[in-house]
Amino acid sequence: MLNPSLIEQFKHIAGPANVMDGEADRHCYSYDAAVLTAVVPALVARPETTEALGKVVRLCGDNGLPLTVRGAGTNLSGGTIPDPRDGIVVLTSALNRIIEINEADLYAVVEPGVITAKLATEVATRGLFYPPDPGSQSVSTLGGNVAENAGGLRGLKYGVTKNYVMGVTFFDTTGERIVTGARTVKCVTGLNLSSLMVGSEGTLGVFSEIILKLVPPPAAQKAMMVLFDDTAKASQAVAAIIAAKIVPCTLEFLDNFTIRAVEDYAKAGLPVEARALLLIEVDGHPAQVADEAARVEAICKQIGATGVQVARSAAERDKVWAARRAALSALARLRPTTVLEDATVPRSKIPDMIRAVEQIAAKHKLLIGTFGHAGDGNLHPTILTDRRDEKEYARAEAAVGEIFEVALSLGGTLSGEHGIGLAKSKWLEKETSRGTILYSRRLKKALDPKNILNPGKVLGWE
Amino acid sequence: MGVKPLADLRELHRQLLELDDQLVTCMRCGMCQAVCPIYAETGREALVARGKIALLEHLGHDLLKDVDGVKDRLETCLLCGACAANCPSGVKVLDIFIKARAVLNTFKGLSPIRKLIFRAMLVHPDRFNALVSLGSKVQGLFVKPVSEVLGSSCARISVGALGDRHFPVLAKRSLHAEVARLDTPAGAAGIRVAFFPGCLVDKIFPRVGQAVLKVLKHHGVGVFLPDHQACCGIPALSAGDLNSFNDLLDKNLACFGGGNFDYLVTPCATCTATISKLWPVFADSAATERRAAVTTLAAKALDINVLLTDILKIRPDGVSQNGKRKVTVHDPCHLKRSFGIAAQPRMVARLNPEVELVEMQDADVCCGCGGSFTLLHYDIAGRIGARKRDHIVATGADTVATGCPACMLQITDMLSQAGDQVAVRHPVELYAETLG
Repeated sequence: MLNPSLIEQFKHIAGPANVMDGEADRHCYSYDAAVLTAVVPALVARPETTEALGKVVRLCGDNGLPLTVRGAGTNLSGGTIPDPRDGIVVLTSALNRIIEINEADLYAVVEPGVITAKLATEVATRGLFYPPDPGSQSVSTLGGNVAENAGGLRGLKYGVTKNYVMGVTFFDTTGERIVTGARTVKCVTGLNLSSLMVGSEGTLGVFSEIILKLVPPPAAQKAMMVLFDDTAKASQAVAAIIAAKIVPCTLEFLDNFTIRAVEDYAKAGLPVEARALLLIEVDGHPAQVADEAARVEAICKQIGATGVQVARSAAERDKVWAARRAALSALARLRPTTVLEDATVPRSKIPDMIRAVEQIAAKHKLLIGTFGHAGDGNLHPTILTDRRDEKEYARAEAAVGEIFEVALSLGGTLSGEHGIGLAKSKWLEKETSRGTILYSRRLKKALDPKNILNPGKVLGWE
Repeated sequence: MGVKPLADLRELHRQLLELDDQLVTCMRCGMCQAVCPIYAETGREALVARGKIALLEHLGHDLLKDVDGVKDRLETCLLCGACAANCPSGVKVLDIFIKARAVLNTFKGLSPIRKLIFRAMLVHPDRFNALVSLGSKVQGLFVKPVSEVLGSSCARISVGALGDRHFPVLAKRSLHAEVARLDTPAGAAGIRVAFFPGCLVDKIFPRVGQAVLKVLKHHGVGVFLPDHQACCGIPALSAGDLNSFNDLLDKNLACFGGGNFDYLVTPCATCTATISKLWPVFADSAATERRAAVTTLAAKALDINVLLTDILKIRPDGVSQNGKRKVTVHDPCHLKRSFGIAAQPRMVARLNPEVELVEMQDADVCCGCGGSFTLLHYDIAGRIGARKRDHIVATGADTVATGCPACMLQITDMLSQAGDQVAVRHPVELYAETLG
């Protein structure tokens, strides 16, 4: 329980309407999109200015209150679940101004609560392009994207959020404003703290302003759907496309289980007998696009694709992508609980990973559909289960552990884009080393001596 | 109010957990935040579907004590269905919310004012009609006209629920007073429809009902219009009063059950959605005979626009070049979200050769009415409605057409308050004007 005078101080800083301390409201900030136990915060504050944000952080710092910043709460690893010891949730939803879009210098300056798709749309109207497109982009915030280093479908060619962060302004636990990075392409002034902040999951500072790189959009694109009777062939096709020096902007994969689920749900006319399906899109100058699309088609056929459908119009392109867009919905409807993982392997190891996931599903008698970003090896094995069934859910948790083991044994990583949060911190040492954890914890302790910035996330508990 | 006995709370938890199979399908992805009009205004998680579902789950599992807090959040909802239409895992949000409202209502009891409105008036159609008829005669004492184009008025003195609203007054004579009953055989069209005008068309917009009858007659459609029709029940359902809902349903079954007609046609999107989607779910299912009658009627419910364009195949040819009247169309949630109906009302408007359609931004975003929502949460409803008004005015249209009289009310209020000279019409009115 927070003492009433502290609650008054929060109200004084953020305004009474922006502080929620009633039971019902607090319960609505006790979860995110990860399948984890809810933790109810003691208070929720929604500062409307960055100045108020800094004061809220300082108030937490002065009083040793654990603070968790929340954008849209779409986190898939529990990064926005607050601390059980009088946790404070700080909302960024009122810090949602696009401060500047600079068309001459190709950057945008935003507050952390700006919705990803809103920035993307806004820059598109000015003939520019912000490529990172996480699946939750219609609601996710840029602050959350930077804190998690969010990815998306375009990772292979355009990179992920970290490739677009030019600078971050943030508050430390004393409410001091830290300015890093610049509006210039080149900047070697000071320690590269912006990069330290990207993917720090709210454990090192609280963002107040972000400078993001923009690029010119591609003039043309071409999409195709390619079918295979063997997952290994799909993977060979991916390798052969890259070896031919072609970098598609998207190269998505659906396994047989997902294909059948999508077909049951959307009746899009997908061949349910296909073992694997690739959705490939190339973009760029129209002549280059035509050339690369033809070569991709030839490569796929040469490797033994059982079908290639090239989209001839915008409507056909939309149809190709409809299958991918429906993947999560189609799977999620099969069972009450959806555990969406993002273990990632070097792209040549995709067939091994798919095979292993199929074996894990069979061994634990679970439904697992796998789809994802074949171009960068970032797969989404999706376990369909019911968290109310204790026995089955225990098997699901065991399966998650085994998926991580396999990914690491193949030279991969625990998380491609969802973050470590609470859900995966116990596996972190397995991928890195004891020394890595201790080094990171020393860093955290130096910057956040009272351990109030999203405690327990990424680095676990000492 | 004394503290509720433990047994009641256990019963509350038990009833909420009956919804658990539906609640658990929410995977907390948060995609509902993208489309919820109330979330867009308030940014509050407790007012978006994900938050409300979490509250119901936590209350059902006894993790949360504040029943009033949950009830208040749950009732701050337009029931527009945008979240359900956008939900990746297909959560049946409206079913959950209406059932939960009924559960919480049983626990807390219906408010005295609602009890009076539903149980003393709404479920007695003849009494309701008599009161409205009386009201239409004396309302001039209390309200004064504001806009001729919109036909709106406001209270002479700001009082109670009327506040500063601008509203179309009760019609001098309601539709049922003009046309008590009809029973005509199928003509040239070869079909016969039962006509369910709905309360708002009957009492406030009888001109829409007259337009429907004119169009049906013109196309040789037989009409069955029984008297003593009752409200479709949505106000009672959304307030969680299942008893009044089932009383109303009985009265309507008595009017229409076993009738000889092909479709049950309404000019009200909300009535169509209620009859088609909610009657089968919420009808007391004890008697199989009653259940069968409800299912049959639900399957026959049809929006007037769809009847004209899809069944009778009356469609405009080409694109109007005339452009004497610029019309923009607002999509009622109960057509677009509930049925995916959007093209049909536009086609019906264009059956008037003078009409040139201009699209507004966010045509399918809720107008903020939400039935009784606007009575209880006029502030949020007004902010959402003001956006709709801005989008309408930005088109430069002289008329906004929409297939729901509840939207017509809300939009009239918003335009009238802003002093705009934009008329509000049902698409079928635009077509009926062209038929001699």
